Amino acid sequence: MKTETKFNISRRHFLVSTLGAGAGLTLGVYLSGCSNDKDKAPLNTSSHQPQTLFEPNAFVRIRPDNSVTVVIKHLEMGQGTYTGLATLVAEELDAAWDQIKVESAPANAKLYSNLFWGAQGTGGSSAIANSYMQMRQAGATARAMLVAAAAKRWNVKPAEVHVSAGKLSHASGKSASFGELAEAAAKEPIPAEVPVKDPKDFHLIGQTLPRKDTPDKVHAKAIYTQDIKLPAMLTALVLHPPRFGARLQSVDDSEAKKIPGVQHVVMIPTGVAVVATDFWTAKRGRDALKPQWDESQALRKSSEQIREDYRQLAEKPGTVAVNNGDTTATFKHAAKTISAEYDFPFLAHATMEPMNCVVQLQPNQCELWYGAQIQTMDQMALAKLLNLTPEQIKINTLYAGGSFGRRANPQSDYVLEAANIAKALNLNTPIKLLWTREDDMRAGFYRPLYYHQIKAGLDKTGMPVAWQHRIVGQSILAGTGFESAMVKNGVDATSVEGASNLPYHIANLHVDLHSPTLPVPVQWWRSVGSTHNAYVVETFIDQLASTAKQDPVAYRRALLKDHPRHLAVLNLAAEKAGWDNKPLGKDRGRGIAVHESFNTFVAQVAEVTLHADKTFSVDRVVIAVDCGVAVNPDVIRAQMEGGMGYGLSAALSGKISLRDGQVEQSNFHDYPVLRMPQMPTSVEVYIVPSAEPPTGVGEPGTPVIAPALANAIANATGKRYYALPLPTAV
Amino acid sequence: MITLTINGTAHPLDIDPATPLLWALRDTVGLTGTKFGCGIAQCGACTVHLDGNAIRSCITPVSAAQGKAITTIEGVNTPVAQAVQIAWTQLDVVQCGYCQSGQMMSAIDLLNKNKQPSDDQIDTAMAGNICRCNTYVRIRAAIKAAARALA
Ligand code: FES
Ligand code: FES
Repeated sequence: MKTETKFNISRRHFLVSTLGAGAGLTLGVYLSGCSNDKDKAPLNTSSHQPQTLFEPNAFVRIRPDNSVTVVIKHLEMGQGTYTGLATLVAEELDAAWDQIKVESAPANAKLYSNLFWGAQGTGGSSAIANSYMQMRQAGATARAMLVAAAAKRWNVKPAEVHVSAGKLSHASGKSASFGELAEAAAKEPIPAEVPVKDPKDFHLIGQTLPRKDTPDKVHAKAIYTQDIKLPAMLTALVLHPPRFGARLQSVDDSEAKKIPGVQHVVMIPTGVAVVATDFWTAKRGRDALKPQWDESQALRKSSEQIREDYRQLAEKPGTVAVNNGDTTATFKHAAKTISAEYDFPFLAHATMEPMNCVVQLQPNQCELWYGAQIQTMDQMALAKLLNLTPEQIKINTLYAGGSFGRRANPQSDYVLEAANIAKALNLNTPIKLLWTREDDMRAGFYRPLYYHQIKAGLDKTGMPVAWQHRIVGQSILAGTGFESAMVKNGVDATSVEGASNLPYHIANLHVDLHSPTLPVPVQWWRSVGSTHNAYVVETFIDQLASTAKQDPVAYRRALLKDHPRHLAVLNLAAEKAGWDNKPLGKDRGRGIAVHESFNTFVAQVAEVTLHADKTFSVDRVVIAVDCGVAVNPDVIRAQMEGGMGYGLSAALSGKISLRDGQVEQSNFHDYPVLRMPQMPTSVEVYIVPSAEPPTGVGEPGTPVIAPALANAIANATGKRYYALPLPTAV
Repeated sequence: MITLTINGTAHPLDIDPATPLLWALRDTVGLTGTKFGCGIAQCGACTVHLDGNAIRSCITPVSAAQGKAITTIEGVNTPVAQAVQIAWTQLDVVQCGYCQSGQMMSAIDLLNKNKQPSDDQIDTAMAGNICRCNTYVRIRAAIKAAARALA
């Protein structure tokens, strides 16, 4: 099966521990696809590393009560990873879906790394992609040991043991549940090689199985960071500086301390923390603080000034991200040249659950409870701050009320803030740091503000022969732990993704980049570079098509000959949307866009209606997606619907702006987000059947809608828009 | 001392009468199903029922809830509520789930007052509940499914 070779499995480690009589089978499989493993010694060679053999390490636990627990190494933030990863195990185990339970893995990079990163963490739509073989192997190995135990008990050949829906059986009529055989299976030797299924034999992968987190979330039993309650726990709120780069000079806390229930006021690097018995008391205490800020180093610019600085910067060539052919020479001979400039604002993630973190600092240990998304980096940052080892940082990963990138903060911002409070207090008491919506929205770590210039040269037939694209915006990765891996030759991959890998066949291509620095903290935001690059590329190509008086789908098709997966989603979306049918009629428009991010291909067709007052509504969105093997089609549909909605929200109203250095927005009244009446009435998702290894779906639905929508508006009005968010009246 | 009647049980609480009901529920009584999202009646995450009407508990002081019947997501058990929770489950509406207590409380309120809401009525009634995961198409479908089940 070709998917196996693609994952380049270099070794496998199987670890078993029996946790005493009746504990059943606990099986861990460590399967590494990373070539740079430091530890090449097989872990199951007891003479080498006996302690590792018994290290608690598990993906699959089968208990005598017949439950199968799948330990999930990725953060469940809504994307459905609990369901997806459990499906992979259940498939190879031939378990019944009902008997599968899920549990969040502890922070342990040795056992629970993202195999694409070599560190524990969730992001880049990589959860299914990196664990596809690992989780299947975990299930297959457990199954083989159950089969061996059954064969021994029944005195039959293992090949004669049949496994289906959580039951082992033999033609003689003998049968047993997983639970009945768990203890015996735990004593079986761990098989060295376990084949995984041929995809044609899948019976759970590819099915719409119910989500594992639904019952808890529908019945208000899911525990988020916000909900953690520990004995003697105190709640902390932090007063942050009013501008980026400002620092606390002094604070008068006398009024705050008079409020009953306010227990401590402490200065920390990010501001002043008020620690109280509960949220409301802490908030009243914080409101009563009288701070003095040192704003001598603070940013006082407005978004407009930053944009103007960027425009001036764009007059000079940037660092080259890609340079094919000779754009300069080709422009001289082009029949026609078209150029444009584009603007994108800062964007807040605005997760439904504002950032928060619970921390308990004790001698030689720090324990945390939160929606942890990059456990390994958080452990390292915490260890450094607290003078502990990463192993002394115990993280309990909880459900996250959304992330969209925010909880994977490369600087561990809100996590360190919580730890700094605990450190300053030096108590053993658990501290729950809560951010209000205003704190969350004004804390920075935004999608950066970007300015783009683009120019295309067309030949006589209207086809592009030269393409020059300049991008200006802060580097997300500079100064973070990801810099060495993802900033190459001065080019931050996340700034140019979706632009430097232009799928359209244009012989002369030049993309360059300026990465100015600003004190505004920035971060990845659902689909990262594609959030702006896809808009530029897909609206500009649409403009070129109309300049050439060609159909936008036909024009793209002609340029995508070498990109069959782009083509397939483009064609599928166009077909399902009825692209070739007659125009939609007066005051209506239809637009298309196609984009690949994180190795997933998405095309969307948006239909708009213009209203008498010049406002518009998005009535229908047709989405085609190719994400390789569709592990759970309904989760994929949900991510496409939601990811599209998230992108639509930003396209319609997403904007964080600075005035005199201050963030102008504070809450949902001035940072409007998509509400139900704005969600298109019809959202259709079509999945391209594929046997390619599965890729992620959390992000790739997001960047495609803004260009599809802008192209639909252009189709209806003839007007093109070069800035997001779009105006409310067109 | 303020006495709140929550899900049929009286809770005498020693708190400031200006405390928003949301924080009394979450921090004092320990019912954390009702969520904090904005604190200014913009997102609907904190929706509970007060004498049978959906309200935003983040801006409702406990003094205003005294003497009234407060129902939270933990206490809903009417046929309408059950139909809503079943529909939410069958359609796998939830993603991160954080907004969903509030969404369901608003949906139950809508269906209590309007047995067969139209598409526009659903959109209008639910416009105060933000879902950042944008599960809106499924919420709409689930409300309709619940309405059908109750018909
Ligand atoms: S928290 Fe009450 S409406 Fe948002
Ligand atoms: S499900 Fe995440 S905010 Fe609604």
